Amino acid sequence: GPAAPCPPPAAPAMNCRAEVLEVSVEGRQVEEAVLAVLHTVLLHRSTGKFHYKKEGTYSIGTVGTQDVDCDFIDFAYVRVSSEELDRALRKAVGEFKDALRGSGSDGMGQISLEFYQKKKSRWPFSDECIPWELWTIKVNVVNLANEQERQICREKVGEKLCEKIINIVEVMNRHEYLPKMPTQSEVDNVFDTSLKDVQPYLYKISYQITDSLGTSVTTTMRRLIKDTLAL
Amino acid sequence: AMDTDLSSQDRKDLDKFIKFFALKTVQVIVQARLGEKICTRSSSSPTGSDWFNLAIKDIPEVTHEAKKALAGQLPAVGRSMCVEISLKTSEGDSMELEIWCLEMNEKCDKEIKVSYTVYNRLSLLLKSLLAITRVTPAYRLSRKQGHEYVILYRIYFGEVQLSGLGEGFQTVRVGTVGTPVGTITLSCAYRINLAFMSTRQFERTPPIMGIIIDHFVDRPYPSSSPMHPCNYRAGEDNGAVYPSVEDSQEVCTTSFSTSPPSQCVFTVTKAHFQPPAPMVTDTLKVPVMGLAVSHQLSSSRLSYQPAALGVGSADMGYPVLFAGGLNAAHPHQLIGPGKEGGVPPIPSQPAHGTQADQERMCTPLDGVHYSAATPSSSEDTETVSNSSEGKSGSPHDLLETIFIRKVGAFVNKPINQVTMANLDIPFAMFAPKNVELEDNDPMVNPPDSPETESPLQGSLHSEGSSGSSTGNTHDDFVMIDFKPAFSKDDILPMDLGTFYREFQNPPQLSSLSIDIGAQSMAEDL
Repeated sequence: GPAAPCPPPAAPAMNCRAEVLEVSVEGRQVEEAVLAVLHTVLLHRSTGKFHYKKEGTYSIGTVGTQDVDCDFIDFAYVRVSSEELDRALRKAVGEFKDALRGSGSDGMGQISLEFYQKKKSRWPFSDECIPWELWTIKVNVVNLANEQERQICREKVGEKLCEKIINIVEVMNRHEYLPKMPTQSEVDNVFDTSLKDVQPYLYKISYQITDSLGTSVTTTMRRLIKDTLAL
Repeated sequence: AMDTDLSSQDRKDLDKFIKFFALKTVQVIVQARLGEKICTRSSSSPTGSDWFNLAIKDIPEVTHEAKKALAGQLPAVGRSMCVEISLKTSEGDSMELEIWCLEMNEKCDKEIKVSYTVYNRLSLLLKSLLAITRVTPAYRLSRKQGHEYVILYRIYFGEVQLSGLGEGFQTVRVGTVGTPVGTITLSCAYRINLAFMSTRQFERTPPIMGIIIDHFVDRPYPSSSPMHPCNYRAGEDNGAVYPSVEDSQEVCTTSFSTSPPSQCVFTVTKAHFQPPAPMVTDTLKVPVMGLAVSHQLSSSRLSYQPAALGVGSADMGYPVLFAGGLNAAHPHQLIGPGKEGGVPPIPSQPAHGTQADQERMCTPLDGVHYSAATPSSSEDTETVSNSSEGKSGSPHDLLETIFIRKVGAFVNKPINQVTMANLDIPFAMFAPKNVELEDNDPMVNPPDSPETESPLQGSLHSEGSSGSSTGNTHDDFVMIDFKPAFSKDDILPMDLGTFYREFQNPPQLSSLSIDIGAQSMAEDL
């Protein structure tokens, strides 16, 4: 059955890197814009599958990539070639979009992608989840009046996303903290090994919708990827 | 005292990493400007042939050009590898759009682990490059190329030359990786304003060299394709002789092997690796001419007869982008350029071997020759070429006709762009007109990565903790007093964003008027 989930991400821990990106988009652009950001981050935070061998060495599988064209935004991005990963992200983003569209929402919300490590604890304590990088995408949904505005929005959001990609790459290039490469017994504390073709760092996605009163309603999503070392 | 000198093994590994990083960088950039969506497969089992654990195809001709430009050297301080992306219209006007620079600066990180940290950071940098190549303005331009303009590339080694980008160009940094011998930096300088160049300027422009083409097509009819050596150039440089690319430093083989998983140590073995022979490199604009491809499109696409050579224009001989033929059964199988002299057929799957000690690289041999490719009439039932006016042999007509035949599978004809040819203004073809712009070719699935060196195997280490000179003067652009090509309203200069909008006319899709050509193309998709 599902693992006992780690507590939802609250404020990032002191040594957890946090990045915030903001986008203003039309309703129909929410999914593509968020997916573009999430996929770009995960492109950098996924490796090939590890295959451990004796003497504590391992070989790494190959990560393929593919271009994705957006339908509602003049924009294209590259994602990791993994249908499982894409499905998982789409599911999360779909839920976020639905929540944004929900009656309680005034069109503002944020969706977070958190990378964490697991620290095993002895029974009866549950494992700790220690975040080391947190990406937050603040989304503001705008309503447009006519087709001309929509066309401009297509282009503008495309340009904005180009800037976001550049920002993400800048962060990635800082070569800041990354978890130590794990031994075989530790690999599931660092990486999500449940996918068959690629191996992202352990991550979770959650979102918050700002309701019309301006208060945040936190919704923690179920873990999207099975936790292979669940208690 | 700590030994900060790089071990000889590490040095060799590092040189090798940098070399293959440079080659993969070129592949990523050029492939991102082909005008097609790129798709490669992940593979959970290490195949041993994918450098940096990334599935990046190797277009042989591109590797060839890159190696030719590098001439056995590696990027070093003051010696940068540059990939120049430019646009060339059917009129013959050309414009530099981007310069991608792989540079090395002197800042060394002596502590960093070569075999592990540097390798992984280079992998990360390639991922960043994949991402960034889609967000500069030239990406969208390249996705729409073919009908009225093509995107070209040129690789050179030496001093970075940014003067061709016009004023106010912007720079984006892709990333850096520190190594014990210096810091590798990868960046892109790109044009943001369209400037205008005088016609006279163009006449002096040396022929554009590398052509972005999709190489996965069948060979044209041999009898109709006069071949030209890669270093053919018309015009003033006719007499120049370029050193032929010697691949003798590398092991050239047509077979692939992967290191067996028994390789436990994170090193690269180098049975055949030889230190690069020092070679004089022409650091100026070395035209790496020659991807004037005589390949014809496969039968599912428009095909064309290359013109007889010797059509004097210096602008001739540029293969135009054409989309690749597809092998529907195996979308990732390479349809090799194949019978081209010297190019080895590339198997679709790397052969698994036990040659752990072999360093292998499959490269096309020197005999890859290309020639000018110009369409006359299409053999296909595609209607467009029949309406083409550009069947005669005059250079001007030929220039025009180059762009006629590239057509997406489902895009309606007719095409009417010859009418603009008479205008003398540069980029006249881009002036607003009543022509239906055609969309690009459909997605192509590139083949599996053909190559290989022994893969690097990870060993267990904890993750370690972990800048452009101006080139030669370029002739100044001259503003010509006429209605600017890109502007409806005499507003100068037009930025690229507006330029894109000019080209946003959606193509008309032909519904079911699918002839055989398009039909087999549809099957391929």
